[in-house]
Amino acid sequence: MEIRSEVVTQFTQVAREQGLELARLTDDLELIQSGLDSLAFAIIVARLENVLGLDPFSASEDALFPVTFGELVGLYESAAKQPQ
Amino acid sequence: MRVQQSNRSEWASLRDALRDRGEFHDCVIADDEAAITQSNLISGSALYGRGGELRGRSVLVATASQLTTASALIELDGLARRMVICPPDFSLQHLPFVMEAAGADAIVSDRPIQHFGRTRSILFCPCSKAIAPGGEGGDAYYKTEWVLLTSGTTGVPKLVAHSLASLTGAIGPAENARTKVVWSTFYDIRRYGGLQILLRCVLTGASLALSSSREPTADFLARAAAHGITHISGTPSQWRRALMSPAAQLIAPEYVRLSGEIADQGILNALRASYPNARIVHAFASTEAGVAFEVKDGLAGFPASTLEGIAEVEMKVECGSLRIRSSRNASRYLGKDAPALKTDDGFVDTGDMLEQREGRYYFMGRRDGTINVGGLKVHPEEVEAVINQHPAVRTSLVRTKKSPVTGSLVIADVVLQRDPEPTRCNARSIQDDILLLCRESLSSYKVPAAINFIPALTVAESGKVLRRNA
Repeated sequence: MEIRSEVVTQFTQVAREQGLELARLTDDLELIQSGLDSLAFAIIVARLENVLGLDPFSASEDALFPVTFGELVGLYESAAKQPQ
Repeated sequence: MRVQQSNRSEWASLRDALRDRGEFHDCVIADDEAAITQSNLISGSALYGRGGELRGRSVLVATASQLTTASALIELDGLARRMVICPPDFSLQHLPFVMEAAGADAIVSDRPIQHFGRTRSILFCPCSKAIAPGGEGGDAYYKTEWVLLTSGTTGVPKLVAHSLASLTGAIGPAENARTKVVWSTFYDIRRYGGLQILLRCVLTGASLALSSSREPTADFLARAAAHGITHISGTPSQWRRALMSPAAQLIAPEYVRLSGEIADQGILNALRASYPNARIVHAFASTEAGVAFEVKDGLAGFPASTLEGIAEVEMKVECGSLRIRSSRNASRYLGKDAPALKTDDGFVDTGDMLEQREGRYYFMGRRDGTINVGGLKVHPEEVEAVINQHPAVRTSLVRTKKSPVTGSLVIADVVLQRDPEPTRCNARSIQDDILLLCRESLSSYKVPAAINFIPALTVAESGKVLRRNA
């Protein structure tokens, strides 16, 4: 739950900073419809790496790109379970 | 000044190429609002038939829409002496400098004349999405110089001069004249990577579906699918974003091209998984050096043998950076006091650093610390200059941080003034203040993703701040 709330916090904060309108964050929300652009995603991923110490995107060359918000949260949650 | 049509493989102008193409007259160029038929530009005009007034002039093409850009470029090539293509994020504050450096005496735009402020003694020619009959339509008069803008260290753009021949040097004949090719690109055609695709379409007889900054990625992919695109190009960052959309599955390209940024193995694998039947090619090109080579083996980096393997392009690695000499190089930078574009031996130093491992070269980033955010160049010095305007800032260092989404991000390390010593609380408000300052004066991709306060910068023995690539 802690990971999910941190992801939500970063989405909200970065959207505000970038002056972008964020869609309601439900699990089936497609990231591409969230209102955020690539730059905003890049910033979120960098901040989450800072806060959570996790970067599931860079961990593997075969990492799949998450399509929905739920998949993105899941990606971080399963990265947290892996031994670092 | 009339151009002799000596060799049919080298056209005097784009219109000449369109005329020559004959059987491909149904090729279109479309954006999200309108479409033009390429052959209509042979005798028609997007410039309200006023192209003749622009003959022999140095013309600034400062359009809002990519579609009108395409029409204007096709119509002006061979007619204007020079055309300067303003990129989509062109800032009007640089207008006087660019006009002066290019000796521009005309502006073509789909925006109202008032947009450009006082443009006394400048010919203004409007440009529309619709093509009306009655253009200049004649033979080429000039070997038009094509000028592209790239961002310079201080934020003032550099004007890179090309010719139709140098821009199209990498474009071979149509692969198979019988198959219908439909191109699309995430790139804007006002930048080198996108312009390559436009020129390819005009010269080889292909249709083109343009992207639009107004349009969400998913909608663009759906539109590209509706056009039946067969070939598509973009930067690795644009591709990462596309693959995050279920709409990526709507297209079934036979050819996927990446350029403009380092293509890592992750994005190459992801594209292979998404488009198992496509040829996936990453290319090295820059506005100054032109198209150098393509990598077709699906692996990051490129085989060391590539350096010797391309007949028309000479390449070497000197002091760690890739240098390129070919007929596809730009000729020079325009403007008074402009730096040299080539080294004494005629090579363009790309500034891209290479490292060789097991017979393959890999790109390691830029020598000058230039940061590549999603294919767009950020010069640390330009961002530092803005940050340093803040009264509480003593000095700053802007550096890159790797990002799995945009390749790189901009990070700023800031040293604050000691007097008065900032408290923790007002440090936060200074941070917000600096970001506000940056957002006001820089394009969004140049604004730091994070600002760290540090006690001092590391200064090298040379007395320069130590810049290192993360």
